[in-house]
Amino acid sequence: MHIKNSKRIVALGVLAAISLTGCAAGGSGGSASGDAAACAPSDGKVDLTYTSWIPGIDKVVDIWNKENPDVQVTVQTGPNGNGGTYKNFFNQLSAGNAPDLGQIEYDALPNFRVQDGLTNIASCKNVTESKDDFIDWTWNQVTFGEKDSVYAIPQDTGPMAMYYRKDLFEKAGIPVPTTWDEYAAAAKTIRSQGGYITNFPQNDVNWFAGLVWQADGRWFSNEGDKWDVTLTSPESEKVADYWQGLISTDLVSKVPAWTDEWNNAYNTGSDWTWISAVWGANSISSGAPDTSGNWAVAPMPQWKAGENKAGNWGGSSTAVLKGSKHPYEAAQFALWLNTSDEALTALNKEANLYPATKAGLKLPVLSEGVDFYGGQKIYDTFATAANETNSDFVWGPTMTQTYGDVADGFGEVLGGTGTLTDALKTGQKKTIDALDAAAIPVNK
Amino acid sequence: MTQISAGAPKEKLASRTAAMIVMGISTLYFLVPIWWLFIGSTKSREQFSSTAGLWFADFNLFTNIGDLFAYNDGVYLKWMLNSIIYASFGALLGTLFAAMCGYALAKYRFPGRELIFNTVLGGVLVPATALALPLFLIFSQFNATNTFWSVFLPSIVSPFGVYLARIFAAASVPDELLEAARLDGAGEVRTFFSVSRRLMTPALVTIFLFQFVAIWNNFFLPLIMLRDQTLFPVTLGLYTWNSQVNQIPEIRTFVIIGAFLSIIPLIIAFLSLQRFWRGGLGAGSVK
Repeated sequence: MHIKNSKRIVALGVLAAISLTGCAAGGSGGSASGDAAACAPSDGKVDLTYTSWIPGIDKVVDIWNKENPDVQVTVQTGPNGNGGTYKNFFNQLSAGNAPDLGQIEYDALPNFRVQDGLTNIASCKNVTESKDDFIDWTWNQVTFGEKDSVYAIPQDTGPMAMYYRKDLFEKAGIPVPTTWDEYAAAAKTIRSQGGYITNFPQNDVNWFAGLVWQADGRWFSNEGDKWDVTLTSPESEKVADYWQGLISTDLVSKVPAWTDEWNNAYNTGSDWTWISAVWGANSISSGAPDTSGNWAVAPMPQWKAGENKAGNWGGSSTAVLKGSKHPYEAAQFALWLNTSDEALTALNKEANLYPATKAGLKLPVLSEGVDFYGGQKIYDTFATAANETNSDFVWGPTMTQTYGDVADGFGEVLGGTGTLTDALKTGQKKTIDALDAAAIPVNK
Repeated sequence: MTQISAGAPKEKLASRTAAMIVMGISTLYFLVPIWWLFIGSTKSREQFSSTAGLWFADFNLFTNIGDLFAYNDGVYLKWMLNSIIYASFGALLGTLFAAMCGYALAKYRFPGRELIFNTVLGGVLVPATALALPLFLIFSQFNATNTFWSVFLPSIVSPFGVYLARIFAAASVPDELLEAARLDGAGEVRTFFSVSRRLMTPALVTIFLFQFVAIWNNFFLPLIMLRDQTLFPVTLGLYTWNSQVNQIPEIRTFVIIGAFLSIIPLIIAFLSLQRFWRGGLGAGSVK
């Protein structure tokens, strides 16, 4: 009898647990609301949480914590954004326990904006005033062109340039290409000598977007109430046609990027150039150690001779997430983290972050020659590129999906079927479908 | 008759060879990645991408291990310790609960017994990944996300363990023995711990090992629950590093060597518990 009773209690417990699961899964609407209009300092000591996947970020935050005993920031971490942290942010936003601040890349910001996950910090002290401190294009990324709105503070950027094997170009007597036409011509000469001018990656669709960015193309725009998807804009197709030409005539290698095979292609001198972002400097020096001293950096080839235009690949911002109880302090911390010399120097030292402020580009650490690149002051080239990046490029609200669908198409091209333009067309259609399915207004 | 006996040795040889080939291939299939991991762990960062993947270059294993342990204030060691705590205590408690529950379901008759058992059985079919998000929302209600308990508590539940314990208890614990224990004046709890538990040892070791491996490899739940890196298990920590490799290439060596070191506790768990496992099975067969 005794046993019988206790078992019954266990049974009830199990049932209760099951129904609890059902309830919680169904009713997850406890999202907190943040009042953007009033951004006043909080009383007393403030504790903030900040989620970022930058290695060593805790050491940078320690500097702040020492100087600001009343505003203590706890660093939380996780995998990079698309590796899980963005998903976690959305889960936490719906459960009402998101961190006060989060690292969000520029191409993911619209997604958070559309899903109302960001706090408008425009009315917080010094935020709007800091506009001129930042490189022009980054400010548009965090305001979305909306009036009286600032949703994040730019953190770092990835201005693009051309890494090339100076020694091989000199030996082969090929002039360093300054236009895309010259680049294609050089590709032919290099191919005739057994090398490839560069590699076309299947999965780095944001790299391709950087090239479209340089060509003054746009993939998205949001004028008024509706999104426009323009993956197939004339500029975008121009870039696609150009690279399709190189792929079809076997002038570029097609190994998957970021693999050993890819590193090896650079290490053995079979690939001669890489159009890449500033942070790529480290990828080459670690992936191709045998080529130390033989590389140099030049501006990206131009579509018209004499132009000075650059693209951008990567970069992120520090956003104040919805539900933060201390937007004022959070905004002050974000400003310090991304504009002060001490923080920018530390971020560059710990994680090679390249600042998004105009003053940051002149940091002493960024004016030194780099041995791997034959002592060249490579960051000068990137600083120029950062200021030559078009301010009008806009990311869409479903970039993960867009990247995935375009990458599928790119994969087919590298496998020998279809064209890059086809891939963009498919990406265009699927992106519109995805926006539609998410009930985001879009022009069809 | 004669035909069969004449054909038997040949057939035996052929089927043995076939079996050996299949087993040899599977062994290679499972061991080559571990070999690659080991070789990768012994290489310096420069040599990692520039030398052949399956053979040694300069032997840097211990330097690499030293660098790994020193990186980021030794956070890797913390992750290993966390994994060991989550997995060993989680598996221990999980095994205890599963054993008690399975034993009760097998040996006591009470209304709703089959309903409970079938519910638990249903739980076997629900993948743990599917439960991670609901669990996150439940723990959020109690402000308990990003705590040790948010990963530990869900780890001590093992529907498969309950199932296994019930089947094994029904088969290996004779009712007569329980009657005898009761007549001798032992209470139910004492009977369970001193009589039944011993008879169920092989099943318990199996449950423990399964649960240990499951918790050790558990990734999705910590990914969703945890944000404080001092609470991370080693799986999540390595994944976090790996996602930063593109921008901080130095970490790559640490991911490789870290992954290699992280399988060692599993190997130790298997090798040391295997003994009990076989001993237990043998003891059962003699009866």
